[in-house]
Amino acid sequence: MKIAVLVKQVPGGESSLPINNSQNWIDESVVTFVMNPPDNFALEEALLIKEKMEQGEVVIVSMGPQRVQKVIREGLAKGADRGIHIEEDGQIEIDPLTIARRFVDVLESENFDLILSGLQSDDTGMGQTGVLIGELLGISTATLAVETEILDGHVKVKRELESGWFQWLQLPLPASISIQSGLNTPRYPSLKGIMGAKKKEIKLVSSSEISSGERSQSMDRIFVPTASKQTEKIEGEVDQTVGRVVEILKSELKVI
Amino acid sequence: MNVLVVLENNRGKLHRLSTEAIVGAQKVGSMVSALVMGEDLENIVNELEACDLEKIITVDHDLVSTYNADGYSEVVKQVAQSFSFNIILAGHTYQTRDFMPRVSAKLGIPFIPDIVSVNDNIFVKQVLNAKLNAEMSSASDSAILSFQSATFSEEDLKTGSCGSEVFEADLNPSVVRAVSESPFQEDQGDVDLESADVLVSVGRGIEKEENVPLAFELAKKMGAEVSASRPVVDSGWIDSFRQVGSSGSNVAPKLYFSLGISGAIQHVVGMKGSKKIMAINKDSDAPIFEIADYAIVGDVLEIVPKLIEALDQS
Repeated sequence: MKIAVLVKQVPGGESSLPINNSQNWIDESVVTFVMNPPDNFALEEALLIKEKMEQGEVVIVSMGPQRVQKVIREGLAKGADRGIHIEEDGQIEIDPLTIARRFVDVLESENFDLILSGLQSDDTGMGQTGVLIGELLGISTATLAVETEILDGHVKVKRELESGWFQWLQLPLPASISIQSGLNTPRYPSLKGIMGAKKKEIKLVSSSEISSGERSQSMDRIFVPTASKQTEKIEGEVDQTVGRVVEILKSELKVI
Repeated sequence: MNVLVVLENNRGKLHRLSTEAIVGAQKVGSMVSALVMGEDLENIVNELEACDLEKIITVDHDLVSTYNADGYSEVVKQVAQSFSFNIILAGHTYQTRDFMPRVSAKLGIPFIPDIVSVNDNIFVKQVLNAKLNAEMSSASDSAILSFQSATFSEEDLKTGSCGSEVFEADLNPSVVRAVSESPFQEDQGDVDLESADVLVSVGRGIEKEENVPLAFELAKKMGAEVSASRPVVDSGWIDSFRQVGSSGSNVAPKLYFSLGISGAIQHVVGMKGSKKIMAINKDSDAPIFEIADYAIVGDVLEIVPKLIEALDQS
């Protein structure tokens, strides 16, 4: 079983996010980056599948500037076998179709049985790259997987629907599956893993080696959202707060 | 602009976000057609015939009688091509996320998802965990768009009349590669959160399971139903059928009273359409306060017992 895990490096939840001078993205020079949290669950699922099958290969594939080698290395330290870094110079690519085409150029010749990705990235949140790649490769797809089971030539996926509903699907391999966060408990790298990761291969694919195609969409401006509501702030002594709440429920909202 | 709105058949009923998507489609384009497929279409078609639409397109084919990404994406592609639709719209549901990217790749047009507002051809979506907003645009006059819950209001639906036609999809069994079993619920409750007038919703601020009955007592005094955020459900303190948010129910009650919910985006998308939002949270910077009408800064465990007492006396 040869598994690719698509891993993105994104600004951390606690990072400051200053808007850049051209106002079309954040100023990345002062941002602290982490592995996209949903991708961490996809990586763990890949490692669990490999361990259960007692054979196979887990390959981290990441796109971005030089800095993304840090998250590839982190994945290798957790137990992935090798990495592929698809180099991107200049501004990060926003268009998922362009991103997916570049991944496909690299993934096609590798003939992976399974391509796993997180349900979405915490930066742009487009939530579609894994599915686009599946369609472009002509293989089956599923999203929001909360359980996976490998059968002979197939993968069984429990997919989360809305409002507490679920569904089991059986997909022929190869398949591209996006993973719902929380389905497993991602491991921390061991010291031995961290030492071993230094010797593992990261193959660099330069942006000139792959097709880009025409960009289909762009992010033109980013801005701080303005509050759309007038909010009444209630704070202070508990008794006063409770008094005001009762008044609102009775007179303004008329719900009691 | 020739607009196609793709609707979700939720076991014979229209998904709430689909109705909102029709409103969005009516705002984006002057010529709007609706596509719906699957079983039990009669009620949905009846409902749509009273809307201001160009036409209703239905697909009656064994391979798409129940939802599957392979079949649905192929049908939407064929419909878009044969009627030359350049804009495809839908609600941003789990189903949309599952198959719309496939349509995007098949047609080579961009999918701009989870849009929160529209201004001409500029589409605003939240980025970086909703801390910033971004203006997105398509490089051509074609795009697939999906709208976040409550971007448009059902109340603005333009009524009218329209007819329906059946589209003969050309589907080969080899297209549908995935074998889908029937959807199921893990816990079945008899609680209908979506039709409750008032919801008392529990978040992590309740601190421990022993405190959960406080929420039920408050709800009882207010004639409300109890709902919860995902962390509380994941902890096993409240049944999963009470969960509100992207993986739970989508609610829009008269009053949503949240107790110690921080307001992560996955929760907010399921309740921000509420008419009024009252929130208690210790942290005055909690994101829930940005969408609240009443922001109560304080400890749930101090305020709620006193509130129950006060409601007893009044």
